[in-house]
Amino acid sequence: MSGTKKETGFTFTIDGVEITAYAGETIMEAADTAGVYIPRLCDHEGLRHQGSCRVCTVKAGGRSVAACTQPAAPGQAVENESPHLTKMRRDLVEMLFHEGNHLCPICEASGNCELQAMAYRLDMTETTRFPYLEPCRALDASHPDIALDTNRCISCGRCIRASEDVDGKGVFGYVGRGIHRRVAVNGENLADTDAQVTDHAISSEVCPVGCIIRKRVGFVTPIGEREFDKGLIGHEIEARRK
Amino acid sequence: MSELPKARIATVSLAGCFGCHMAILDIDERLIDLMQLVDVDRSPLTDKKRFTTRCDIGIIEGGCCNEENVHVLHDFRRNCDVLIALGQCAIMGGLPAMRNAIMHSDAPLRECLEEAYITGKYIRNTTHNVPNDPALPLLLDDVYPCSEVVEIDYQIPGCAPGGDIIFDTLSKLLTGKFRGFEREMIKFD
Repeated sequence: MSGTKKETGFTFTIDGVEITAYAGETIMEAADTAGVYIPRLCDHEGLRHQGSCRVCTVKAGGRSVAACTQPAAPGQAVENESPHLTKMRRDLVEMLFHEGNHLCPICEASGNCELQAMAYRLDMTETTRFPYLEPCRALDASHPDIALDTNRCISCGRCIRASEDVDGKGVFGYVGRGIHRRVAVNGENLADTDAQVTDHAISSEVCPVGCIIRKRVGFVTPIGEREFDKGLIGHEIEARRK
Repeated sequence: MSELPKARIATVSLAGCFGCHMAILDIDERLIDLMQLVDVDRSPLTDKKRFTTRCDIGIIEGGCCNEENVHVLHDFRRNCDVLIALGQCAIMGGLPAMRNAIMHSDAPLRECLEEAYITGKYIRNTTHNVPNDPALPLLLDDVYPCSEVVEIDYQIPGCAPGGDIIFDTLSKLLTGKFRGFEREMIKFD
């Protein structure tokens, strides 16, 4: 397979850096291989691409496209880390913070949270211009091993895809439309579903925030020694760059 | 340095836990360097309750949960050239803001007070009333971040912010060299 891939390889540029891609690869897949990090929240390695959070928006040929779903094209000039795109991404992340109840100081995921880490990477430190929506959302602790704090859900749908495609279960799904669109469980509450703590959808890597909580393991790693205390989000990808 | 006039700083804790003021002490021995540059006016550190002079920098810990917080914050805005929100409570409400959205509750403040003083399982409150002494500042409907009440110039994130980021930001602001935070220093926890 890799032999045929080599034959159809082509190049395009991201911020002037030449990137090699193969037919069918998305801009983000090619960028990851080359060690160029494009910020993302709803996309996760091993899950099907969705292109809903738009944090990975890049400019390709002057148009704004989601790098996780847009196929790379030969000779294309892609813009990734321009001040305009960084500001747009920061605004998107800030709006996600404001849409739910994201209280980092009380959150078990703090330090392992991709939303928070994205805010660090995008320098979300200025006075906000957006109102806090402060919705009243439910906490579901019905399951013996898993708790769901939907205050922190950013509706990325990673748990939905992991449950459907990897676990073959369909524990989670979207309900509602527009700003009311939410991730819900397929039942009255989580205990009524066939969710198990060993599911891929429940694993710590799938939920980017602190919504899906595995009971009795909280604070095993203390605050200050967690994943994004050690390095900015995306630094492993950037380390691949030659 | 000594011939330059010292900058004047004021600090206050609104709806906070005083953790951010404790974090100021985490500057450790560099406090001595900082004190070469500043005089502290109104502050719990000096126990001055009123401004004696106009200040260059006002440091606010905590958001606004009652009317007194709002009055104090307005007073700081009037008397300080630059206002800094220090820590997550001042920036976005923080822990006190948990009362703004309580699951399945249409009146979160009422529910919060009732559970704290009347219906809570382990409460020993012989009056069975929510405290309502006129001397108590009136609670606001919600807990508000400082930036929703007055204009805030800078925000130092963290719960509590580390001594390093506080020292770094203050010393850079005082020497006119502040150009944003080092990314590695930004923490919300």
